Amino acid sequence: MTAQNVAVAAADAKTAALAFERVTCAFAGKTPGERYTAVADTSLVVEAGQFVSVVGPTGCGKSTLLNVAAGLLAPSSGQALVDGKPLAGINTRAGYMFQTEALMPWRNALDNVTAGLEFRGVARADAVRRAHEWLARVGLAGFENRYPHQLSGGMRKRVSLAQMLILDPEILLMDEPFSALDIQTRQLMENELLDLWSADRKSVLFITHDLEEAISLSDRVVVLSAGPATHPIGEFTIDLPRPRDVAEIRMLPRFVELHEAIWHVLKSEVLKGYAQGKR
Amino acid sequence: MRRASADSRLSRTQLALAHVAILGVVFVVWYGLTTPGLVSEAYANKIAFFFGRPLQVVRVVFDWFTTGKIYPHLAITLWETVLAFAAGSVLGLAVGLWLALTPTASAIAEPYITAMNAMPRVILAPIFAVWFGLGVLSKVALGVTLVFFIVFFNVYQGVKEVSPVVLANARMLGASRRQLLRSIYLPSATSWVFSSLHTSVGMAFVGAVVGEYLGSAKGVGYLILQAEGVFDINTVIGGIFVLTVFALLLDFVVTRIERRLLVWRPRTAETEAL
Repeated sequence: MTAQNVAVAAADAKTAALAFERVTCAFAGKTPGERYTAVADTSLVVEAGQFVSVVGPTGCGKSTLLNVAAGLLAPSSGQALVDGKPLAGINTRAGYMFQTEALMPWRNALDNVTAGLEFRGVARADAVRRAHEWLARVGLAGFENRYPHQLSGGMRKRVSLAQMLILDPEILLMDEPFSALDIQTRQLMENELLDLWSADRKSVLFITHDLEEAISLSDRVVVLSAGPATHPIGEFTIDLPRPRDVAEIRMLPRFVELHEAIWHVLKSEVLKGYAQGKR
Repeated sequence: MRRASADSRLSRTQLALAHVAILGVVFVVWYGLTTPGLVSEAYANKIAFFFGRPLQVVRVVFDWFTTGKIYPHLAITLWETVLAFAAGSVLGLAVGLWLALTPTASAIAEPYITAMNAMPRVILAPIFAVWFGLGVLSKVALGVTLVFFIVFFNVYQGVKEVSPVVLANARMLGASRRQLLRSIYLPSATSWVFSSLHTSVGMAFVGAVVGEYLGSAKGVGYLILQAEGVFDINTVIGGIFVLTVFALLLDFVVTRIERRLLVWRPRTAETEAL
């Protein structure tokens, strides 16, 4: 990212729904003095109502960035801004969808979805009514009493989605949420996500290593360099028409063009990441 | 249980028959060796002195239940078991949660916990008899020391093994520290307590019976102690039978409770009944 771009990002940060200002995350290593810098000097902006995807090679610190946005992790330097205000503690305006299983295994689907409302002190009857609505909206009506282990991987993701969306967060943070699903289920879930998103246009920061997923969902795609010291190395505006169907949009010439352009930037980083992984 | 019988080659009936047959063989051999005829009368009497006679054992047990003499003793033993289990579990749960969530306290307490766990705690029974007398309390105390450590270690493990993702998710959903304790740590810890239910109920029972045996005025352990004092081996063995059947019943009840409470747990190779 050029100096000029950083300046632009900094200017936008005040008005954006979510912004990273020169965020660096370093972790202590096994031996004292040894340090691993996962994310270095990263500035990034998610405008209100925008769907932004971040792609990068595996293990490049994408999740670290998301944890900073969620307030689960304090950056070593720099800061995250939410609506122009520095974030301290948990980001209460954001919903987080994790890559791995995050449902409470001892609660059935309904009680998992009501959890957030329960923590906020919403009356039980009201919470249950709204949870029924949300489960129906993600296509799980009739599965209220199933426990997570009795649901398929795709169904569990839907429960997670309902669990997050019932709280009506302004910002959605999604960490490779569909990476564990088979390709058909995945495309279905992506389309459903787009449907739900287009209804009230929340700001989304979507992390993935799948470039096609990133392009088909997003307004903007940000490419990260390979770790350590990950930072953005390219940004692309995805000017494909909406509403989109993630399976069909892949056939458009413009999609192929964008894919080629982004892949050109991403490729060398993927190779670097692969070489590091082998070592 | 359904899985076990499906895996084995024998049918359900064949299996039940085999179970009964083993019991029958034991009784026949026992009867044969303690009755004059197959062996000489002198040998039969000698063996009967050490092992009792099956028919007399059956008679003792039968009399206990027909005259109702055994009920107050069984009730006491059961009461001690339940109290020891409840008190030990609550204590283990509380201390386990506390130590697992406060690393400093756990670091300080660690050597003492290890030492107390390593100690053969049955030997505390005489001390408890001095402290709490020969009544119910000293047996409960012994049972508690046995149950506590099982529950404690399970809870400790349960809290340590809470998935960090589930925890982070609850925090993102807005859970306060107190709500995390109630909605995440406690259910996770109790699930571990329930999975150790068989062991801890068994231990509570052991505490009660051993406590009674070492000094008491009531209970099945006391009956056995009394009979042993007069070399009434038939009553001793009768008591052992009653305790065994009782322990099996207890285990059966625990299995039922466990099934109800741990419905959310995946069982291996579980298929849905249609």
